Amino acid sequence: MCAATIQSMSRQAEPKEQVLCDHCKLIVPAGLVEPDAEFQFCCNGCKSVWNVLHGAGLEGYYSVRDAIDPDAQAVSSTQGTYEELDDPAFQATCVENLPGGYAQAELLLEGMHCAACVWLVERLPKVLDGVVESRANIRRRTTIVRYQPDRVKLSAIARGFDRLGYAAHPARGAAAREARVHEDRRFLIRVGAAGAIAGNVMLLAIALHGGALDGMSDVWKNTFRWYSMALGLLSLAWPGRVFFVGALAALRTKVAHLDVPIALALAVGGILGAYNTIAGRGEIYFDSLSVLVFFLLVGRWIQHRQQRNASDHVELMLTLTPTSAVRINDDGSKDRVPIEAVEVGMLVEVLAGGSLPADGRIEFGETNLDTAMITGESRPVPSKVGDEVLAGATNLRSPIHVRVSAVGDSTRVGRLMRLVASASADKAPIVQFADRIAARFVLIVIGLALITLVYWASIEGLASGIEYATALLIVTCPCALGLATPMAMSIAMGRAAKAGILVKSAAAIESMSKPGRMILDKTGTITQGKTRVVRTLFDQQCDPELLRMAGAIEQHSNHPLARAIVDAAEVERGSQPLQNATNIQQAIGEGISGQVDACEVHIGSPSFIESQFAFSPETRTAIESVISDGLSPIVIWARSNGTDRLGVLGIGDPIREEAAASVRWLANAGWDLSLCSGDHPQIVAAVAKAVGIPDASGGVAPEAKAQRVRDLQSESDRPVVMVGDGVNDAAALASAEVGIAVQGGAEASLEAADIYLTTPGVAPLVALASLGSHTMRTIRMSLIFSIAYNALMAGLAMSGMINALIAAVIMPISSLTVVAMSSRKWKAPDMAHTQALESQTLSEAH
Amino acid sequence: MSVLFIMIPAALVLAGIGIIAFVLAARSGQFDDLDTPALRAVFDDDDTQPPSVPTVPAKEEER
Repeated sequence: MCAATIQSMSRQAEPKEQVLCDHCKLIVPAGLVEPDAEFQFCCNGCKSVWNVLHGAGLEGYYSVRDAIDPDAQAVSSTQGTYEELDDPAFQATCVENLPGGYAQAELLLEGMHCAACVWLVERLPKVLDGVVESRANIRRRTTIVRYQPDRVKLSAIARGFDRLGYAAHPARGAAAREARVHEDRRFLIRVGAAGAIAGNVMLLAIALHGGALDGMSDVWKNTFRWYSMALGLLSLAWPGRVFFVGALAALRTKVAHLDVPIALALAVGGILGAYNTIAGRGEIYFDSLSVLVFFLLVGRWIQHRQQRNASDHVELMLTLTPTSAVRINDDGSKDRVPIEAVEVGMLVEVLAGGSLPADGRIEFGETNLDTAMITGESRPVPSKVGDEVLAGATNLRSPIHVRVSAVGDSTRVGRLMRLVASASADKAPIVQFADRIAARFVLIVIGLALITLVYWASIEGLASGIEYATALLIVTCPCALGLATPMAMSIAMGRAAKAGILVKSAAAIESMSKPGRMILDKTGTITQGKTRVVRTLFDQQCDPELLRMAGAIEQHSNHPLARAIVDAAEVERGSQPLQNATNIQQAIGEGISGQVDACEVHIGSPSFIESQFAFSPETRTAIESVISDGLSPIVIWARSNGTDRLGVLGIGDPIREEAAASVRWLANAGWDLSLCSGDHPQIVAAVAKAVGIPDASGGVAPEAKAQRVRDLQSESDRPVVMVGDGVNDAAALASAEVGIAVQGGAEASLEAADIYLTTPGVAPLVALASLGSHTMRTIRMSLIFSIAYNALMAGLAMSGMINALIAAVIMPISSLTVVAMSSRKWKAPDMAHTQALESQTLSEAH
Repeated sequence: MSVLFIMIPAALVLAGIGIIAFVLAARSGQFDDLDTPALRAVFDDDDTQPPSVPTVPAKEEER
């Protein structure tokens, strides 16, 4: 808000001396400086935050902020009312009632980023009566507020945060959150307990192994062995229980899982160790087993944390989507209600910039709707009274009143969502590399154990046969393998997150490692997703002036393409202001005319201009070349003093700079790319040609997109990766092996996808593919190491030469090797740089 | 050497106390957020310590 004000003001006059806002420290625009006032503010938002802080005695915020980071800028208030938060239907989803008349809600706060913010957010009880506590979490950017609902409303709390400068959004799903927190805590407790037990068993083991070298009386030896057994069995029964549970579940559903060989080794080792302890002879292995449990749990816990981070981010992103609608009552009054309370037959108002809460029919107003999220159509759809409109469309121009005809599940979006749900349910789970190996691993190890058993039973008797076979099962427990995947995956997820890629499931990284088929959606991935003037063709020298005049006139239009022309003119005009246009006349759906200085200017579609002025063949060629590029042609015709000047503009969605280089990188890596969009086929074909994608199809309905993904899946075994952003892509995202949602995407696509890109464009896909293959290489190398260790141990065990000391030394070494290898270096390919190099070479060649 | 008959159980009891303390700390949410408390240490003490409220009791037992 402040920045925008500054820009608009500084255009008119350069401030003589810079006055800084007392709140946000940005320059106060010259027009807003009050010479007599003690404090200066750049906008009302900043002023109101400042007043709130000083009124509540919280001016300490400024000293905390300045002490931490002198350059930090405070944020200003959005001045929203938040009254929709008080609706019971909404509160049911986000407020938790505590005993003693308290309630608790989690709020996502936009702009909370530093220690000073935490300080301020946690001082809310000083500002608002009835709020008992506010506890911020800087990583999640949320705060948990405890308050007394009979003394303060949730809307007042949200307003309170807003007046402090943090726009507040209640996080939905309070019950699910509680369950997750408890799951995380249980996970951590298991890791801690396993570590403590393993440490103590190792202490006893040192005494045992040391004693074995020096000679040790049987009394002491048995004492240590019994203590080891007690602790070792505790470790298996408490923290180690998850492996048995996992293995049982895997056996019941007949899915290969790494838990099976782990549980087998743990169970056999535990039983034999206990037997040997009671019998007072042989190896007990409890030190190896408890360390094993600890290492495996640590690996899983690290991976669990990474996945939780990613899904937390995506979930909080969902909180940001609009949750309210404006209801128009019979008496004409308006109030804000949550989306959950919208019913069929209700009249709702949708302001420009707002999105439609439900399907319905327009009863008042005329506007353009952006339905890109639902149908994929990138051009705005003109809508008038009587037209059917779809939930989720964005109103671009002027307010409309809509009579609701379908809500929730029965809307088009709702039906699409059901498709998403069924696609997700049908989707075969990706079996991770380690799990696939586990199945073979179990068979081999059991086979070897049987051979050992039979061989030694025939030579030394059944007792030593069992002894050696068990030793084999324990020492070949796939500890390194069990660690390799989670460690490498969690490091990969951490690196991806730094590059702005949030990965919700580790298996998705694996699927990205081998080149498969990738279906790209056009908007937001290859193109910028915004309407711009892409090409300018003029037949005279004075072209910039023509564009400036067009901009001057289009300022008076609210046609969707007008904005693009004004933007281009703003860039062109440089320091000069746009001229004043007079005598504006609009022909709806055709064009616009006006007078700029002595010039008579007409702007519009080729047919609109041609009806008044005959085109030369050159102009015709120019228009055709614009159309063949998939752009909308706009002709500018200016007449002054009897001379005519003509210009042709190509307006469309410009292609991202690094897109072509990224597409080439992916194609070279072996990916089969295709473009599949709901947009106009001609536009899609032009975009595909420009970036070098051979296969393109446009005008594809949402249902057909999902079908296309399934067709590709049945054609070959290669994984299908779907990249998209809209609701129209959600079903396809859910059906594909890997669904990737792009920044700015719809809520539905976020939920259906496995990976979420916070930076738009094709470059993150290159980073993902590169990271995937890097990670899988790391895992394979770790695997070779751990198999080598296992083969060595198996050889020793089968030849009857194993002893507990060797096992205790080699097992941790193999695990540590794997952990060290997991952090191999990786660098994302720099696509912007590649593109710059290429264009440089091109220009030199010319 | 026979002091070990007392020392080993004593050491294990200490370890047990440690584990119990860790479990209680984890259940009361001490490890839920590892980033924000580091920032809170920066603030000077002031009179705005919020009054204590009953925290959410741990609902599920660690099994």
